Amino acid sequence: MVGASHAGVQVAASLRQEGWDGEVVVIGDEAALPYHRPPLSKAYLLGRSSREELAIRKTEFYAKQEIRLVRATVNRIDREAGCVVTSEGETLAYDGLALCTGGRARRLSLPGSDLPGIHYLRVFADVEAIRESAVPGRHAVIIGGGYIGLETAASLRALGLEVTVLEAAERVLERVTAPEVSAFYERVHREAGVVIRSRALVESLVGDLRVREAILAGGERIPADLVIVGVGLVPSVELAVDAGLEVEDGIVIDDHARTSDARIVAAGDCASHRMARYDRVVRLESVPSAAEQAKTAAATLCGRERPIASLPWFWSDQYDLKLQIAGLNTGYDEVVINGDPASDRDFSCYYLQRGRLIAADCVNRPRDFVWAKQALGKGLEVDREQLDVLVAT
Amino acid sequence: MSVVTFISHDGEKHEVPLEDGESLMQIGVSNMVPGIDGDCGGEAACGTCHVIVDDSWIDAVGRSTSVEEEMLAMNPEREPTSRLSCQMRMSEDCDGLVVRLPEFQM
Repeated sequence: MVGASHAGVQVAASLRQEGWDGEVVVIGDEAALPYHRPPLSKAYLLGRSSREELAIRKTEFYAKQEIRLVRATVNRIDREAGCVVTSEGETLAYDGLALCTGGRARRLSLPGSDLPGIHYLRVFADVEAIRESAVPGRHAVIIGGGYIGLETAASLRALGLEVTVLEAAERVLERVTAPEVSAFYERVHREAGVVIRSRALVESLVGDLRVREAILAGGERIPADLVIVGVGLVPSVELAVDAGLEVEDGIVIDDHARTSDARIVAAGDCASHRMARYDRVVRLESVPSAAEQAKTAAATLCGRERPIASLPWFWSDQYDLKLQIAGLNTGYDEVVINGDPASDRDFSCYYLQRGRLIAADCVNRPRDFVWAKQALGKGLEVDREQLDVLVAT
Repeated sequence: MSVVTFISHDGEKHEVPLEDGESLMQIGVSNMVPGIDGDCGGEAACGTCHVIVDDSWIDAVGRSTSVEEEMLAMNPEREPTSRLSCQMRMSEDCDGLVVRLPEFQM
């Protein structure tokens, strides 16, 4: 396994579960044991969980399952020889290779974007650096009103900072949710004291020894003792590209998690899955998808059939709000709202395309989520009328 | 050594060591019990660690909390003693606990 996060560890564990009796090696570039990343912007930033608590599996697990963790990066895949070469100069031969390389935070490239005090959020060290400068009363500027940005805003607010979110688009979460859901999150963040600025283009970051201000197009200056950038993820596909594998945003995989080389599988944030359900290539950034693809990848390496089948789903925690998302809403042409997002703290937003349910965003409504996830997962056709009945009851 | 037993839907028994202070989901995942996924890492967000507690144990471990109830309510395999195992903190008192697994996790 190249990459030691959710996908890489799951492939390794599932290989053992499937009865793989050969060597299993997981190569990762971080010193820590592989860990859960979703809590980074939440419990870990808040100081409520430790590195140890976030470990996906304990040390003993790897020993007992004879899974070898190697700390290195992979420089090159030699498909003909069937081996990878690591940054430590080690050459590892493989019968099967799993690319679980994930991605990295997209970097800003603006004047001043390399000043000290500007942070990204992807690994332990990033959060530890943020925590160190997260002193109550200081001004934090978050660039990007996506899930990472908003989760971080909620956490920093809880830590007592003054928080401003700068979003370039018309509204936060614009790429991923309906306007009603965006408006809801803008409201709850404002109520919590976060300043949300949409259509805010950052032109430069200025300071002396460290960042002090963000300057917007138009000249407005926003005080910034620290800046957190959450403007998306760039999949790590360089190894795959160099090895000549098919790449389309991510490393292209079929229903069996196979890449264009039958001996190489891929899973997680780095993988673009050609999904029959959506009739296109989809790259998902989600732990459940990483786990699902990884289980399939392991089965495939063991010569078994276990097609990727589960419905994509996601979750995001902010304040007391648990958002659970079932399905992908891309291409929706109508929404049905159950509840009152303008005043309450729980509601569901159902997305329809040509009169059929395709996805749901459920805030503090696990029942609605479970129902939607099961209906969509089973491929049940839910039309507007059925949805109206459900919403009315 | 204290143990807990997971019984899979087809009747296969998995007896695994109980780790004091861990959740039942963690114990299942650490010991690779098939049918326990725990995709969300223990946030009661995914419902993939559903277990059905043996009747003789339900009073000792307690019934589902309101958080679990919300996730379990719409589950077709839900039973009166259903729990999300990520919300079940294990202690030595749980030595001998028996839970059954549903046919499908969510």
